[in-house]
Amino acid sequence: MVSGLTVSERQLSLVVLTALALCGLAMAAAGRADALGIHGFIVLAFSLGLIFLVISRYNDPEPPTERLSRYYDDPTKVGIVLTMIWAVVGMFFGVWVAALLAWPDLTFDAGWASFGRLRPVHTSGVIFGFGGNALIATSFHVLQRTSRARLPDQFSPWFVLIGYNLFCVLAASGYLMGLTQSKEYAEPEWYADIWLVIVWVVYFLIYIRTLQRRKEPHIYVANWYYMAFILVVAVLHIVNNLAVPVSFGHAKSYSLFSGVQDAMTQWWYGHNAVAFFLTSGFLGMMYYYLPKRAERPIFSYRLSIISFWGITFMYMWAGSHHLHYTALPQWVQTLGMTFSLVLLVPSWASAGNALATLNGAWDKVRTDATLRFMMVAAVFYGLSTFEGSFMAIRAVNSLSHYTDWTVGHVHAGALGWVAMITFGSLYALVPWMWKQERMYSPKLVEVHFWLALTGTIIYVFAMWNSGIIQGLMWRTYNDSGTLAYSFIDSLVAMHPYYIARTVGGLFFLAGAIVASWNVWMTIRMARFGQSQESGADVPVYGKADAVQAGE
Amino acid sequence: MDHETLVAFAKSWGLFYLIIFAVGVLVYVFWPSNRKRFDRAKKSILDKDDRPGE
Repeated sequence: MVSGLTVSERQLSLVVLTALALCGLAMAAAGRADALGIHGFIVLAFSLGLIFLVISRYNDPEPPTERLSRYYDDPTKVGIVLTMIWAVVGMFFGVWVAALLAWPDLTFDAGWASFGRLRPVHTSGVIFGFGGNALIATSFHVLQRTSRARLPDQFSPWFVLIGYNLFCVLAASGYLMGLTQSKEYAEPEWYADIWLVIVWVVYFLIYIRTLQRRKEPHIYVANWYYMAFILVVAVLHIVNNLAVPVSFGHAKSYSLFSGVQDAMTQWWYGHNAVAFFLTSGFLGMMYYYLPKRAERPIFSYRLSIISFWGITFMYMWAGSHHLHYTALPQWVQTLGMTFSLVLLVPSWASAGNALATLNGAWDKVRTDATLRFMMVAAVFYGLSTFEGSFMAIRAVNSLSHYTDWTVGHVHAGALGWVAMITFGSLYALVPWMWKQERMYSPKLVEVHFWLALTGTIIYVFAMWNSGIIQGLMWRTYNDSGTLAYSFIDSLVAMHPYYIARTVGGLFFLAGAIVASWNVWMTIRMARFGQSQESGADVPVYGKADAVQAGE
Repeated sequence: MDHETLVAFAKSWGLFYLIIFAVGVLVYVFWPSNRKRFDRAKKSILDKDDRPGE
């Protein structure tokens, strides 16, 4: 890590980390007993730990200039490891909150373990921790390969990766202390939000600077998707988090928006977070790793451009479908519904493009679980975008809204599409990064595939059943015109499905643990192989000759 | 600006610019001389050479 940096980059790291440590100290001093103070100490400890790491390697020899004729992959490697850690943590909390709904006593009477605090740890852990790290790690890899240019410097990718993970740590620890802005997927408070803006601007600049140095005339479509992800998430994040803190010594802030404007801003943000965080970036992943792994060019490059611009422009208008039958003006609801329906066109164009690329490589899909992960991801992408458009219709929404159907839909997308394409891409990427021919155990990739698929199917079917029963019970009237069921009746009816959902989640978590083990063993395999080679101190060619001579 | 004006603006200009934009994208995608770049882009990622360009 540190020994790959030049001396001036090591100095820059120390300067930035010292500034960060001072920020942490200031937060700790100003915040005192407030949650802000505790976060100050976390920032301080985080930066001091990294300062120690840099200093301990400060006198290592500089990397040779020969490095410039290779790609810079160290941040990608660390990003992959962080992705797997967050996957296990985030999914563990997911299983926990799922179990809490079936067995409410699992809070163990601790305030921090209540449902309202654990749930955002799960959502942020999987979306931002797992998904975000996967996007950052793969984007650096894809960007360099498709541009045939090395990252512009070695400091800024580390700043983005480590800074982003600091944001994730502040978010998760804040929820456990009861800190939240009460905005879905935008819960972290003002100081964490400001920090993320800084990190995100540097991320976008890395993209622009690398593209400026590119040796390919055309910017490959995957980069467009990644760039849309970075740029739009920045815009969404800034606007939705406009808020005034109570004071600079206090963690709490109040939004600039109120009432229905607040709701509309939040769901403009929330739906586009789904669009540009959970879709656009992962489509970038798909458009690179799927053709690479299948060793076939994408079926139609033109179609990929059309679907890119279609998604980019239409998603922006779909957010209001989260606010059907509310105080939001009717025409805004209709606008959101209409755009949600039209969105099906570019979504299916991408899903179809992926599947058509595999046409002619089905034998590979059958034997290669990595490619099968990507294939199933494309299928789930097609299914959940269809379901999403369907649920955005106002009449359907009157049944589905506020029920578990929504939760099932989100997980069809998150488990079936986002996680599957990520695992598929990582299984392709890990052997390339650590210079191995294959993963440590292809059998375990196969095991993971079936665990993940079984878990997703159990989860989604449980939530479909539960959601539709819930929706129907809530709208059933008896002869005297009053509701036939009380809320608690519907809750009792949900119980078996909540248990099933926990089991489905457990399968998926088990798959992620298997994957982490497999990734770790592949890394160890690479280390072991290298140390053996360097220990022998004989070029590989020499060894081969020696064997031949002996024969 | 009142509500009616805003709606009128959104319904006319909003529709207009989205359609213009869509037409622009389609023209770019099907412009005959762009075919070569697209073909190169879709094939060049399969190149096995894992080093930056000179």
